[in-house]
Amino acid sequence: MSQDFRLDNVGMVNRNKKISFIFNGKKYSGYEGDTIASALIANGVHLVGRSFKYHRPRGFFGVGVDEPYAILQLERNNERDPNIRATEQEIFEGLEVKSVNCWPSVNFDIGAINNFLKMFFPAGFYYKTFMWPPSFWYKIYEPFIRMAAGFGEASIKHDKERYEHKYEYCDLLIAGSGPSGLASAYAAAKNGARVILAEDKPRYGGSLLTSDVNIGNQTGVEWSEKIITELKSMSNVIVKNRSQVFGYYDHNMLVMSERIGDHLPKTQKYLPKQRLWYIRAKEVLISSGSIERPLVFGNNDTPGVMLSSAAKEYMKVYGVLVGKKPLIFTNNDSGYETAIEFKKNGVSPLVLDTRKEPSSDIITEAKNLGIETKFSYVVVAAKGYKKVKSADIAKISDNKKDLSNIENIECDCICVSGFWTPSIHLASQSGNKSEFDEKIDAFIPKKSKQKENTIGSANGKFTLEETINEAFDKGYEVSNKITENNNKVSIPTVVEKKSTEHDKFWCVPLPKGKSYKRFLDFQNDVAVTDIELALREGFRSIEHVKRYTTLGMATDQGKTSNLNGLQLVSDIENKVVPQVGHTTFRPPYTPVSIGAIVGREVGKHSKPTRKSPMHEWHEKNNAVFVDAGVWLRPRYYKQGNETLFEASKREAKNVRKNVGVCDVTTLGKIDVKGPDAAEFLNRVYTNAWLKLPVGKARYGVMLREDGIVMDDGTTTRISENHYHMTTTTAQAANVLSHLEYYLQLVWPELNVNVVSTTEQWAGAAIAGPNSRALLMKLFPNTDVSNEGLPFMGYKEADLSGISAKIYRISFSGELAYEVNVESDFGNFMWEKIIEVGKEFQIQPYGTEALSTLRIEMGHVAGSELDGRTIPHDASLEGLVSKKKDFIGKRSLSRSAFTKPDREKIVGVVPLDKTTSIPEGSYIVKDPNAKLPNPKLGHVSASCWSVEYDNPFSLAIIKDGKKMIGQKLFAMSPLKNKTIPVEIVSSHYVDPEGKRVRA
Amino acid sequence: MLYIFCPHCGSRSQNEFAYGGDATVKRPELNKEISDQEWDNFVYLRKSPRGKHLELWHHISGCRQWIKVERDTSTHEIFKTYKATELIE
Ligand SMILES: [Zn+2]
Repeated sequence: MSQDFRLDNVGMVNRNKKISFIFNGKKYSGYEGDTIASALIANGVHLVGRSFKYHRPRGFFGVGVDEPYAILQLERNNERDPNIRATEQEIFEGLEVKSVNCWPSVNFDIGAINNFLKMFFPAGFYYKTFMWPPSFWYKIYEPFIRMAAGFGEASIKHDKERYEHKYEYCDLLIAGSGPSGLASAYAAAKNGARVILAEDKPRYGGSLLTSDVNIGNQTGVEWSEKIITELKSMSNVIVKNRSQVFGYYDHNMLVMSERIGDHLPKTQKYLPKQRLWYIRAKEVLISSGSIERPLVFGNNDTPGVMLSSAAKEYMKVYGVLVGKKPLIFTNNDSGYETAIEFKKNGVSPLVLDTRKEPSSDIITEAKNLGIETKFSYVVVAAKGYKKVKSADIAKISDNKKDLSNIENIECDCICVSGFWTPSIHLASQSGNKSEFDEKIDAFIPKKSKQKENTIGSANGKFTLEETINEAFDKGYEVSNKITENNNKVSIPTVVEKKSTEHDKFWCVPLPKGKSYKRFLDFQNDVAVTDIELALREGFRSIEHVKRYTTLGMATDQGKTSNLNGLQLVSDIENKVVPQVGHTTFRPPYTPVSIGAIVGREVGKHSKPTRKSPMHEWHEKNNAVFVDAGVWLRPRYYKQGNETLFEASKREAKNVRKNVGVCDVTTLGKIDVKGPDAAEFLNRVYTNAWLKLPVGKARYGVMLREDGIVMDDGTTTRISENHYHMTTTTAQAANVLSHLEYYLQLVWPELNVNVVSTTEQWAGAAIAGPNSRALLMKLFPNTDVSNEGLPFMGYKEADLSGISAKIYRISFSGELAYEVNVESDFGNFMWEKIIEVGKEFQIQPYGTEALSTLRIEMGHVAGSELDGRTIPHDASLEGLVSKKKDFIGKRSLSRSAFTKPDREKIVGVVPLDKTTSIPEGSYIVKDPNAKLPNPKLGHVSASCWSVEYDNPFSLAIIKDGKKMIGQKLFAMSPLKNKTIPVEIVSSHYVDPEGKRVRA
Repeated sequence: MLYIFCPHCGSRSQNEFAYGGDATVKRPELNKEISDQEWDNFVYLRKSPRGKHLELWHHISGCRQWIKVERDTSTHEIFKTYKATELIE
């Protein structure tokens, strides 16, 4: 198709670079610098979508972030991107976009039937219509709504694009590069402040790009180019285009999304597609401008009806005509600027002005140019379904209530201007409660809660002179506060046309006998009648009206709809707008992609991966890894075609029969040092620590103040004032914080220091009846006999020239040792153990075998110490001192914890000795009892006992110890299993603990 | 995101800290006989004021010191921060 609506030699797009793109399967062309909207309009395309509820045809209404309709779905580089605003997305070669919210196509849309079933979609329609009968919701309503509605389809593929996060600090962040943004940035930067200037569009200058003004003897465009060039050359300034400051958070932190690759066919190498900036600014200037307000009349949502400022920008920036027979409908002077622009480009517009006898420079200029103007005139209704074909216009009485002289005139677009609404979203997000400015019929920011100021038209200043003066002053004032410099730049003189007052009229009454839909919220299809209905039904708070009618919700956040909605509520309620108030503006101001929010924290990068120094050895030896917190640990070492079950059984069996070695580097390790270390441990652990001799280890349990077990592990006295504490892998960080809390806040008088040493040591657990024989060969110079290194003993030893620490502790229940060396030597140690262990049939074992070994020994771990158990529940009451006080002790005597029938740990064996019991199963007396079946407890951990070659589980059940010997049932509704079981002791293997002491 | 002044490190972003709750709670002395009610008050009962609140923050990704922060719970304004053992008037 040819670009029939493109003007020659007008605009800022690059005419030397033609670009073709595809819209709804059809090929179009535009120029570099076009948006999808400007390129489509150049091709005469105005129908781009269907509305949310009624599926009415939708065209373009705005030219940037203000666009409520033209939301498309983009296909780029094999990626799908929904929720793209056609007015913001620049075109590139090969771009593919399609309409959303229409099915099967934008020209023939089944949902448009809703338009004729109005009773089906009144205000609150989701709440009313789809409530009955309940079964209809998921069978009929939801599938229908899902198919026919929505703003595009999210991709289900992994997004291969790169997104980055950046943290930045500055003296002054300025949001918006219009006249006020440029002037304040310039003044502040020249005064030595570190400035970030953000512009959401590709081009800097804001309203200067389209207004006919003069600053310091230059056109607005020339002046803005000069300022930007100078700012870019300054080392204390960051200037960013395509960057939207979308959220204002606590303590002056603002978040900005920078679109780096979105306008290119492919993201450039070494650059992310988008970057999310977290900016902590000492001061903020909000220069986000204002958005033109729509006027409300019949069928004001027809494609071809758009904001007059948008029509002007399409001409001046893109060189595109939105129509060749324009009708301009205005209540203020802004409409005339658009009319003059049309006229200059050889198109004769008709201006309808709601005002009776306005007079100003610009109206005179329009008249002199021969532009036809009708005063006290309104558009009653747009005509045409998929595009404006004509309009019913009428004279309106002085009291704005009665229409007369209704006539139909031909036109192909209606450019509306209902005056301007300051964009106070960011100020509002910062906590600034706005106030209503009667002069402009809109809210402006009031008192700053954070360090921000709003300037320019965002602050209700609509003349350029006022804006420029204010911005230069503010830029200096704010920078002076921070830098204490006094370099003031001179303010240029401004020449602009003076305008006269706007008309407060905004909503055209319906002519007798007509029921045109008059829309307030174009994105959410909220019409005048919806608000009226909501008020009739008793909704009063504007926040309730918003939720009931969906006015001002979704991605649009009321940018164009808010004030007219408030006006209507005020009119009906006989109130004034400030009494009604406005709804809360929430971040983001414009949609942000999930990718940008997530940044690099994707997949494997969503958390750090920690590997032990022996990781490579495990990999080479066919280890299958499992995530243990942030650590990767070998789950089992696969031989041939072994399954997890077979491998872990083999590994566990070998520990019981010969000797095994397990990587225990991941255990948390904390050094506790100082003259009061023993006293501190005595308060932290439930058992006694004052008499532990040097060179001995002790198992300990620590509680939270509420009596619940927090963690367990062994702690060894290395020397007089030095203890080596171990924690579980999962609780390591929490335990350190816990210890620091008590040392810093509760008992600061204790002279103790703690520090994490988890990364400093590599650990290997050597377990099994052959372990001593292996150790004797490993440490030929050290006495590791039962007398030389007894159970719970500790020794420093020499491992082929490397200093090692040997702890005789056991998690497996076998004769076992834990050897630690400095991390750098971890692999050396490991290989040495494997090498020396060969003659003793050593095999490495993973976490699965580790679990099996501890479960059949009845040793508790995380699945039993699950944040609900006190020591007594886990049969650890022997470790609870009656004599001394410790953290959490007082809680243990509370009535709930001393009840005789508390759930306690037991062992569970299936009667058939073959059926494994799923973890999480309930233990019940009668599987056929009436639901809900009273449960006695749950199965916490299951394994295949290698000692007895049958399944064995641990469970925590009511009155545990008394249940031993009883025949009960384990039920897993999830797996649909009911298994007859016998309750046994939790110490299934070696209950006297002879092996560890052998 | 809050910007918290750590008396040991300077101003840092909230994501370097962990929240630690009410800083005015005092743990009963060890070995002291106290009633169930007194103990429950210490373990479980916390005020949740709207307005000024003295609270604990732990600079876990910084100096690992626990600090006390006087913050307005509704506006998030931070009035002052203290070291763990600093006396607060
Ligand atoms: Zn710190």
